Amino acid sequence: MTDAPAITVTGLTKRYGGRAVVDHFDLQVPRGAIYGFLGPNGSGKTTTIRMMCGLLTPDAGKGSCLGFDILTEQARIKERVGYMTQKFSLYEDLTIRENLDFIARMFGVRDRRNRVRAALDDLGLADRATQYAGTLSGGWKQRLALAACMIHDPELLLLDEPTAGVDPKARRDFWDEIRKLSARGVTVLVSTHYMDEAIQCDFIAYIAYGKKLISGVAREIPEMIGLYTYRVTGNDISALEARLRQEEAVAQVARFGAVLHVSGTDKAALDALAARYGKDGSHRWERKEAELEEAFIYLMGGAADNFAGAAS
Amino acid sequence: MRLRFSLGRFLAVLSKEFVQMRRDRVTFVMMIGVPIMQLLIFGYAIDSDPRHLPTLVEMGDEGPITRSILAEMETSSYFDFQGVVTGPAAGDRVLRDGTANFVVVIPPDFERDILRGLSPDILLAADASDPTAVGGAAGAMTAIVNNAIAASMTGPLAASTAGPAPFGVVVHRAYNPEGDTSINIVPGLLGVILSMTMVMITAVAIVRERERGTMETLIATPVRPLEVMTGKIAPYVLVGYVQTLVFILAARLLFGVPFTGSTLAFFVGFNLYIVVNLSLGFLISTVARSQMQAMQISFFTLLPTILLSGFMFPFAAMPGWAQAIGTVIPATHFLRLIRKVMLKGAGLADITGNLTAIALILLVVVAVAIRRYRQTLD
Repeated sequence: MTDAPAITVTGLTKRYGGRAVVDHFDLQVPRGAIYGFLGPNGSGKTTTIRMMCGLLTPDAGKGSCLGFDILTEQARIKERVGYMTQKFSLYEDLTIRENLDFIARMFGVRDRRNRVRAALDDLGLADRATQYAGTLSGGWKQRLALAACMIHDPELLLLDEPTAGVDPKARRDFWDEIRKLSARGVTVLVSTHYMDEAIQCDFIAYIAYGKKLISGVAREIPEMIGLYTYRVTGNDISALEARLRQEEAVAQVARFGAVLHVSGTDKAALDALAARYGKDGSHRWERKEAELEEAFIYLMGGAADNFAGAAS
Repeated sequence: MRLRFSLGRFLAVLSKEFVQMRRDRVTFVMMIGVPIMQLLIFGYAIDSDPRHLPTLVEMGDEGPITRSILAEMETSSYFDFQGVVTGPAAGDRVLRDGTANFVVVIPPDFERDILRGLSPDILLAADASDPTAVGGAAGAMTAIVNNAIAASMTGPLAASTAGPAPFGVVVHRAYNPEGDTSINIVPGLLGVILSMTMVMITAVAIVRERERGTMETLIATPVRPLEVMTGKIAPYVLVGYVQTLVFILAARLLFGVPFTGSTLAFFVGFNLYIVVNLSLGFLISTVARSQMQAMQISFFTLLPTILLSGFMFPFAAMPGWAQAIGTVIPATHFLRLIRKVMLKGAGLADITGNLTAIALILLVVVAVAIRRYRQTLD
């Protein structure tokens, strides 16, 4: 790992039909990091990622990716980046081997035959190499897509919602693979709206409606927001949930089965509230460390408010 | 950006395209099957000078002159006599329900009136709801009757027929002495077939890449747009060559269409025509969002190609506005070109006007297509 960041961008802006899809976006991505992009659907995650790697020309802003200018040296960047799209976008009417071979030819990979064979072995698909890609299951398609975008040994990997529609086991395997790549020094940018995937990331940027709301080291995010949380268990939790939502001090109530996570930004007010509700003894109130999960539910609520404010 | 064209990547796209083409059985069969079908249908089934049309007679007289006229009509091969009708009402009915295309009405005392010099009329009632069907036969009628009368009015009766006309008209049917429809239609068909497959398949092949999302993968690789375009289009040029070859063989062997002109002129002409159609397909691909749309727009361009280019109907017979539309269709110029080359023995020098016209259309289409392509790139 070198000290220079893999990506540095400032003021990235992209407009479609007069609407700013991405608005003055600044970010630094350290080399070898797994950087997660979170945000609701249509918040501009994909557009941002593409601009950062020179796949899309921004309307304003500048930056560099892997030491190359994202505005003028896009071709050099492309040679060093692997991009896995949201939808499976290899050729369904080509076989697994043909797909890998085609992508390898696009990147001018040296010693192509061996490289493709090695990729097939890694995938464990060597004996199914002549099967059409379209006949693979969701999980296998995803692994093939990952193998295809790694065929030229890129320094930077872009994953656009890579695990949408993939079963939990395959998802875990996929993330094991991503962490292995990261350990080898590959920088990974991943967009997702799954919380359990966000937890896997070293760094996180939260984007909503084209604006970056927060970014930083993943485990510091809750602290940055300044959220305090109580864990509440007991009888008739639904009625309690409804009552708590009316309270001033409570910024958010998140329900996880029979457990409520009650959060607020004003520590003193929340403590007082907990003491008041805890007195009758029908519910157990415990302080807990605010986690990413609460942080994101909080962010999403806030973003919705921002948007409503902007629209009116 | 470095403007280096990579032969390796071009060949990779090319071979990928061939593999996909081979696997897509339906399209592959269509590319070869449809032209052959069209050739057979247009070549064999369509005749703009139809013969052996069902005809009925209302006999008001049955003398030798009448019989002679009817016999002459039958020998002309335009009319097939199927029986007699009695009275005008019956004649109307058979025309209306389509049992017969013609009813010939010989008036009573026809022969007597001829001999008296009263020049009686024979009525040829035709079902002109389809003018093409009856046009040829009706046109031939006067000559048929004159022949018949001249043949039967011999001896002393010859004096009662009018003297010979003061001049004669000789029609010389050049290039197609028998008026064979297939000789006109088959060369033109090459224009329609090439236009149909080249435009549609290019448009669909390019749009498919976008619709399935594979274009996203391509954009993320170092491949250049030019490499993708040429790699994708080149296989279809080859398809165009195969179609042309099949076509030339079929025209020769099945329909006896001559090839009298210069091979070089033909080669230059059809290559230019293939290119203009490919670029049209490319243009459509920049407009269409889905393969379905690409297909529909291609069909839309096919209609004027068939109807206004002079393929089905004579160009000179169209009104001014239709000719104006026809003039900007590449098929119009290719049709003239190929008819000249195949039927009239033209060489390269004879077709420069047509080549220039196609080249001009090509220039405009390419300019528009590239502009649009740039806009859709992001």
